[in-house]
Amino acid sequence: MRFLWVERCVRLFFLLCAFGSVAVTIGIVASLIGEALRFFSRVSPIDFLFGLTWAPYTLPTGEVSGFGAIPLFTGTALITLVAMAVAIPCGTMIAVYLSEYATSSVRQIFKPLLETLAGIPTLVYGFFAATTLAPILREIAGFFQISIASESALNAGLVMGIMILPYMSSLCEDALHRLPTSLREGSMGLGATSSETIVRVLLPAAFPNLMAAFLLSLSRAIGETMIVVMAAGLAANLTFNPLEAVTTVTVQIVNLLTGEQEFDNAKTLAAFGLGFVLFILTLFLNILALYGIKRYKRIYG
Amino acid sequence: MTLKINVNHLNLFYGNKQALFDVSLGFPEFQTTALIGPSGCGKSSFLRCLNRMNDIIPNAHVDGQVLLDDKDIYAPSVDVVELRTHVGMVFQKPNPFPRSIYENVAYGPRIHSLFKSKADLDQIVEKSLVRAGLWEEVKDRLYQPATRLSGGQQQRLCIARAIAVNPEVILMDEPCSALDPIATAKVEELIDELRERFTIVIVTHNLQQAARVSQQTAFFHSGYLVEAGETGALFTIPQDARTQGYITGRYG
Ligand SMILES: Nc1ncnc2c1ncn2[C@@H]1O[C@H](COP(=O)(O)OP(=O)(O)OP(=O)(O)O)[C@@H](O)[C@H]1O
Ligand SMILES: [Mg+2]
Repeated sequence: MRFLWVERCVRLFFLLCAFGSVAVTIGIVASLIGEALRFFSRVSPIDFLFGLTWAPYTLPTGEVSGFGAIPLFTGTALITLVAMAVAIPCGTMIAVYLSEYATSSVRQIFKPLLETLAGIPTLVYGFFAATTLAPILREIAGFFQISIASESALNAGLVMGIMILPYMSSLCEDALHRLPTSLREGSMGLGATSSETIVRVLLPAAFPNLMAAFLLSLSRAIGETMIVVMAAGLAANLTFNPLEAVTTVTVQIVNLLTGEQEFDNAKTLAAFGLGFVLFILTLFLNILALYGIKRYKRIYG
Repeated sequence: MTLKINVNHLNLFYGNKQALFDVSLGFPEFQTTALIGPSGCGKSSFLRCLNRMNDIIPNAHVDGQVLLDDKDIYAPSVDVVELRTHVGMVFQKPNPFPRSIYENVAYGPRIHSLFKSKADLDQIVEKSLVRAGLWEEVKDRLYQPATRLSGGQQQRLCIARAIAVNPEVILMDEPCSALDPIATAKVEELIDELRERFTIVIVTHNLQQAARVSQQTAFFHSGYLVEAGETGALFTIPQDARTQGYITGRYG
């Protein structure tokens, strides 16, 4: 009888643990939604989502102006685009090398190295962007007689690309390595070379999983703050030129909240509005990625 | 009777573990040779020596001679990629590429540029599927994923894929082990027809199958070729006690 008691208590305990984490998550989302709703009662969602000027300001009369988030979205998109332009090709190529060409001893050295790189605080990448890459980019731009902002989307995007590279290449390597040997043998048995096998069979076969890797990396890039604060700046320019300064959703959230204690004006509440948009976006990307993997498993698993 | 492939004193090592010991065997042209023997005796390993598939395994090492039309395929000047267009392979588990049926068959011709026009390629694909006995079943859905075919259809697709590059020899490693009796019968029938144009080597655990499809049978045991000969003779009057034991089901 005593054992039954213990069993029950243990079970209850673990049940509570599981419930606890789910409850906390739900609580976080609920509070986010609550605050976001408070924000949208003061600033119309239309103005917020489609407005072209970001200079949040509340007039003494209580009127609000400058809550158009489009420049933040384009800034985020621009930096993310640059980051993905670096990370997708490099990540895929690193993965192909590690999975298909590297001998097992090389792989044993490289994989932990990549994982270490993934553990570096993003602040360090931010320093690198601001103190090393920015001057180099300025030199290059100067050589070609073009002007580049000291804090530019290009700078932030490049470093962000480098930051997600380890994560991306590790995911892509898994995607390739998991493919059955029989696919490789089938192709080689028909007289294909390794490179033909990779390009024509392995990459297409791994495509859904590679896609998932891209999407997961993308949502990581979108959520990144520190690098952008240090390398791209705070100026909410509406531009598609990567040589200019832009700002992102995450940076503006930090910016809106620093120094404020009260969450009762439109300006601080705007942070929740932005956070909500960001949450929906990354949630959507993650679901898309998971769905991709599931579909793949259904077809080839 | 000409020998298409002639193997002389072949030894195979995985690292420093020897898997095949001094194997010598000739494969008559336009005949089917069955390789039989207990699990782990080296049948697959031997088969993979014939198109140098073992090259893919990092620490595999071969010595001895494998002559294809009197030319040693292990000579340094041999282009492995070219060799594999002459010696095709069908694997134990059907392994279609996750692409369309058409693209699976067109894969070999594409990488070796064996066609002049799209019509030409269509022709090759059709001819290969007809020869593999699959054309009637798939002609209306050539552009659907090959992975949606049944296991038996997939295996015949893999055979079509192999014959699309017009090889001279086809190696098959237990091609029916994942198939039901009806699909197996179809593949066996196919093997018999293919013999008109190709020299076939088939590994099988099914002794009836070996008796049905092959003209020559070779019995392997722990890395040694124990006995080889005309299929009927080997099954009725085996020379070696181990062969006799195996075919009468005393071990295996
Ligand atoms: N890649 C490899 N590395 C090391 N040893 C291997 C490798 N492949 C096969 N072997 C060994 O070589 C021997 C022969 O294996 P092989 O696969 O050729 O046997 P088989 O006759 O085809 O068996 P089965 O009927 O089960 O398919 C076995 O002892 C096996 O463990
Ligand atoms: Mg085998």
